[in-house]
Amino acid sequence: MTSASTSPEQRAPGPTATRRTTRRSWWLRQRFLLARRTAQFGLLGLFLLGPLAGIWWAKGNLAASTWFGVIPLSDPFIVVQSLLALGHVTLTALVGALLIGAFYWLVGGRVFCSWVCPVNIITDAAHWCRERLRLPPGWRPQRNLRHYLLAMCLVSAALTGTIAWELVNPVTLVQRGLVFGVGLGWTVMLAVFLFDLLVSRRGWCGHLCPVGAFYGLVGRTSPLRVAADRREACTDCGDCFAVCPEPHVITPALRGSGSRLVLAGDCTNCGRCLDVCDDDVFRFAERYTYAARERDRVAPD
Amino acid sequence: MSARRRTEFSADRRRFLTQGAQAAGSVSLVGFLLGAYGEQAASTPVAALRPPGALAEDEFLGACVRCGLCVRDCPYDTLRLARFGEPLATGTPYFVARDIPCEMCEDIPCVKACPTPALDKSLTDIRAADMGVAVVTGTDTCYSITGVAHCVGCYEACPIKDDAITMEMKQEHGKVFFVPTVHREHCTGCGKCEADCLYPEAAIKVLPRALVRHDIGQHLA
Repeated sequence: MTSASTSPEQRAPGPTATRRTTRRSWWLRQRFLLARRTAQFGLLGLFLLGPLAGIWWAKGNLAASTWFGVIPLSDPFIVVQSLLALGHVTLTALVGALLIGAFYWLVGGRVFCSWVCPVNIITDAAHWCRERLRLPPGWRPQRNLRHYLLAMCLVSAALTGTIAWELVNPVTLVQRGLVFGVGLGWTVMLAVFLFDLLVSRRGWCGHLCPVGAFYGLVGRTSPLRVAADRREACTDCGDCFAVCPEPHVITPALRGSGSRLVLAGDCTNCGRCLDVCDDDVFRFAERYTYAARERDRVAPD
Repeated sequence: MSARRRTEFSADRRRFLTQGAQAAGSVSLVGFLLGAYGEQAASTPVAALRPPGALAEDEFLGACVRCGLCVRDCPYDTLRLARFGEPLATGTPYFVARDIPCEMCEDIPCVKACPTPALDKSLTDIRAADMGVAVVTGTDTCYSITGVAHCVGCYEACPIKDDAITMEMKQEHGKVFFVPTVHREHCTGCGKCEADCLYPEAAIKVLPRALVRHDIGQHLA
């Protein structure tokens, strides 16, 4: 999206590329981070515009909302749980869930995590402190744990007949707390922060959160993806791996010989790799046209 | 060679079993805690009343997504969302009659705002609402019943007085008393009576209907 795509002929020769381009300016290195914080705080601001200033563009919270008095939006994960618990939902909730689901499918499922979810601000803060304090990674749960937890949320909804996960879900709890009054919700925020700081590196968003796992599944076929478009220019500096909240998603695209697209649903499209790469390896791409072009390159006929 | 392969195989298997057990263990633990917390949170305190049209509590907790749209459209700030740490399911709407009772809006904006089945859309007449039922709990404190004063606070507060509440005259030892009497088939549980009761601790309280209902014969069975 930001760096121009180059044809294969113009590319620097692969592994021999060692000269590092000049280091980018601070602003260029933070541009996606700043855009994400703007989106996160901006959305929160839109929800707060009503209660604080009486301007009711948005009513409700991330679970369900009404925009400009007409557009219904609702969280598809919560609607699915409600459907399992109760056996039926309203058309309004269904339409809202489809709108939100379609949006996140289009822009990358876990765009919710990195561009919208307020818990991301807390866990990024914990990670920032962790890096400064040079703490060891701590507990590394297995890759699939969040999917087991996701399954547990669905099963417990079906078994108890209630949306059990919403009793403790930090994602909606934090956002609802900020918009409707926090109560003891700050203890949950603190718990997530301390867990990520002291127990497990990128523990909550990267290993446990079932909401993120759900949006990861939504995003498995998303058209908007990061591509290691100029991977021949990579100097193996490791900056992208260090900054990425889900580093395992980079490896096949950057180091592999197959597609340059980051295809894993775990990728949050946060754009941090685009931010920090001094060699302009990464860019955002439309997955299906990009993949078609890659196929054409392999077999020109 | 084959011995090594066997070791590798058993190491793999051991890792698989250990990780599987760990995952199953931690997920079950979280699930169990969640279930226990849910059980506790579902035992809604008596003073907390659900909005008009709310499904029965167990169904309500399966339908309500805790979005607060009913709270936003309540013109009297009656409804609020339970905060984390309050003794009912986090994020669900409720009101406390003694603080701010339901004003029984004719267009029932809270029900209209609800995007889920949690607040029943078939409720179009607010007089058919069933948030609870008022019960005279302070038979020894009520100014009218004790004869301290001829107080009609609860009666005057009732938006459907003469249907849901009447002051019944009673004569005892040559004295005349007026006893506030709730007619539960009409009472919507709005809580106006409880809010306006002049006694420091309300002598008339709205209770969840499940607590007051008498299904004749049920306890005999």
